Amino acid sequence: MAKSGGAVAAHEVHEHHDLGFWRTYVFSTDHKMIGRQFLFLGLFMLLIGGFLAMLIRFELGFPEHPVPGLGWLFRDTEGVIPPEVYNMLFTMHATLMIFFVVMPIMVGCFGNFLIPLMLGARDMAFPKLNMLSFWTGALSGILMLAGFFVPGGHAAAGWTAYAPLSAVPQYSGVNWGQNLWLISLFVLGVSSMMGSINYITTTVNMRAPGMTLFRMPLVIWSLFITAVLLLLALPVLTSACAMLLFDRVLGTHWFDPSGGGEPLLWQHLFWFFGHPEVYILVLPAMGVTSDVLSAFSRKPIFGYRAMAYSMISIAFLSWIVYGHHMFVSGMNPALGTSFMLTTMVIAVPSAIKSFNWLGTLWGGSIRFSTPMIHALSFLSTFTIGGLSGIFMANTPVDIFIHDTYFIVAHFHYVVAGIIFAMFAAITYWFPKIFGRLMNEPIGRLHAVLTFILFNCVFFPMHFLGVGGMMRRIYNPTQYEFLQPLQGINVFMSYSAFALGLVQILFIWNFVSSLIRGPRAERNPWQANTLEWSAPSPPPHGNWGPTIPTVYRGAYEYSVPGLPEDYLPQDRATGAVAGATGRH
Amino acid sequence: MMSWLPENIATYGPEIDRLFYLIYYVTGAAFLLVTVLLASFLVLYRARPGRRAVYSHGNTALEMVWTIVPALILVVLTFLAIPSWSKVKSRIPESDLHIRITAKQFNWEVTYPGADGQFDTADDRTFDNELHVPIGKPVVLHLRSRDVIHSVFIPVARFKQDAVPGREILQWVEVTKPGKYEIPCAELCGFGHSGMKGYLFVHTPEEFEAWRTEAYKAS
Repeated sequence: MAKSGGAVAAHEVHEHHDLGFWRTYVFSTDHKMIGRQFLFLGLFMLLIGGFLAMLIRFELGFPEHPVPGLGWLFRDTEGVIPPEVYNMLFTMHATLMIFFVVMPIMVGCFGNFLIPLMLGARDMAFPKLNMLSFWTGALSGILMLAGFFVPGGHAAAGWTAYAPLSAVPQYSGVNWGQNLWLISLFVLGVSSMMGSINYITTTVNMRAPGMTLFRMPLVIWSLFITAVLLLLALPVLTSACAMLLFDRVLGTHWFDPSGGGEPLLWQHLFWFFGHPEVYILVLPAMGVTSDVLSAFSRKPIFGYRAMAYSMISIAFLSWIVYGHHMFVSGMNPALGTSFMLTTMVIAVPSAIKSFNWLGTLWGGSIRFSTPMIHALSFLSTFTIGGLSGIFMANTPVDIFIHDTYFIVAHFHYVVAGIIFAMFAAITYWFPKIFGRLMNEPIGRLHAVLTFILFNCVFFPMHFLGVGGMMRRIYNPTQYEFLQPLQGINVFMSYSAFALGLVQILFIWNFVSSLIRGPRAERNPWQANTLEWSAPSPPPHGNWGPTIPTVYRGAYEYSVPGLPEDYLPQDRATGAVAGATGRH
Repeated sequence: MMSWLPENIATYGPEIDRLFYLIYYVTGAAFLLVTVLLASFLVLYRARPGRRAVYSHGNTALEMVWTIVPALILVVLTFLAIPSWSKVKSRIPESDLHIRITAKQFNWEVTYPGADGQFDTADDRTFDNELHVPIGKPVVLHLRSRDVIHSVFIPVARFKQDAVPGREILQWVEVTKPGKYEIPCAELCGFGHSGMKGYLFVHTPEEFEAWRTEAYKAS
């Protein structure tokens, strides 16, 4: 029985280039191995972040009840989560999910894995810098996890760390936890900036012959734009973290009014980073969605250039909307008006994307494979999240809904909804990354159940917010006006536990497919982009002696007159078929 | 969804709620449109043997429509909001009732200026977690904080304003219905944030005078 092409090529290259265990699996400079490392880091942190969410939902559903099985963790309170611990739970849930799950997986894994492969390059521009970027990120993760074990507990001032609560240890009771949080994010910023340099340089300089910018797949556009945002936004966060750390340990008073500092300065710095950050989180998800929807509708993406330009507009606008987080902060209300206008405007390119995704589905030949179900889920949750954003963009309405569960609903729909794009990306590219197939029926079941339960958990949050339930409280029943809403909280908590349990399907599928999934061929999804012409998994150097030449755009599905309903970017044909003129 | 909105007792409440409902109807319509289209496309265009997908790269006219229409709707929503925002936050009306709320971990200190109408004089009276106001006149609140950022939130009055240490922020409200209403803190302020709340007591003008006379007596 002949070995698959992939296994033969990998075997040959491995013999030629045997670096031993440590330099192949641990200190690798191969973008694909680094991508896998980021994936495992992110998935591990997802388990922790998800567990923290289960604790949060337990407390909100059953306030001041002892947590079953965790009496040993909360000995002084006989298993009841103390208030200061609750503050740490939501702080760390958000911190881990944003910085250690979404960014490592969407940007660290898929950026690394896909950029060279989809562009026809053998590796990133700076492979050693790439390796350094992962290990710096891993160090940052260790620092962040260390914060759970220090006296005073981990950071508990929210992932937004508003000063002076975060600047003066006496106000929170948290000491080294908050310091480690700041140091960890400082280090992570350095890691991401190194990655950005690589992504930008590789995309600009290392595209294969024929791969013009407007033949690049949208996922590459999204990662490229994200890398630019990271490069420009992270220095602000990194500096702000240093300033806050200095307030805490060196006696400066940047943010503490008792020394002449300004609390609102932290908010301006944080959100100037923070708003572009949420687009850093969501743009790769949008890119993945475009590619998956197109491949599984067997149709070109609707309005490719509009999709690229809309991502560029979102990136530009993301710098001038951040004040919408500060409408009631004490910031000058006139600024509130200008931020309202820009925030409303940034909804336009997002709306274009949602409609173009619908346009892609129209007239398609839709295959409901696992990646497609997840991509459709992202489309749905992102649309809901985008629509709820319009309420809070409107300053008078925001007076009421700021810091309520309406906001929590919104950001879970847009940011937690990214998890669907993440599952879409993992299930779509798993065959290429690991050379094996995941189980389709389990994958589809997981996708459908996750979508239903996700909505059961997060949609009722809109009702809680309209009812006035504040964020970051652990016992809604302390307030008479919130007691009638408690049934909603209980329903959401049960749904959340079920949502958590359903993820076991994914974990089982991922691990067992990794160990003994059926071997994948080169192009199991019959897709067009360049990575599918490399072996599964690709060897070091990605292709054999010749890198591909690109003849057309990435979305030439169902071209009339061809027997197959897909036409890879690197397939030479006699006459360059189809309407490839513009591409 | 909107059935969960608390009652409104503030004079500027109706215009805030009108915007809230308008956005609810607009976004609700958009949500219905997208859901119906999505569901029908998933059924109509599922893969079937013998049917190939349409080979189309898009439609510029449609792109223009769904760029311009949302943009117009959003810009209109913006301009409709500006007068209310300005009224609520920028233009503090004349009033003879100024009250200082000093937030701290974890309660509201509510200070009345006393008969001389001046803060920080001997006849000031400070109460713990009780804000007493009459109906029918604008009240100007002076928000301060002793330690971290807190936020004075009065749901029934559609009132929310952060209290920031190191500065004083003025915010006004006029209420219309007597009763007792909660004032939660709406900005994470430490381990006592959950449960940090005061009460707003709204009185008729007569009751308020009676209360104030009693309150201003030397303690």
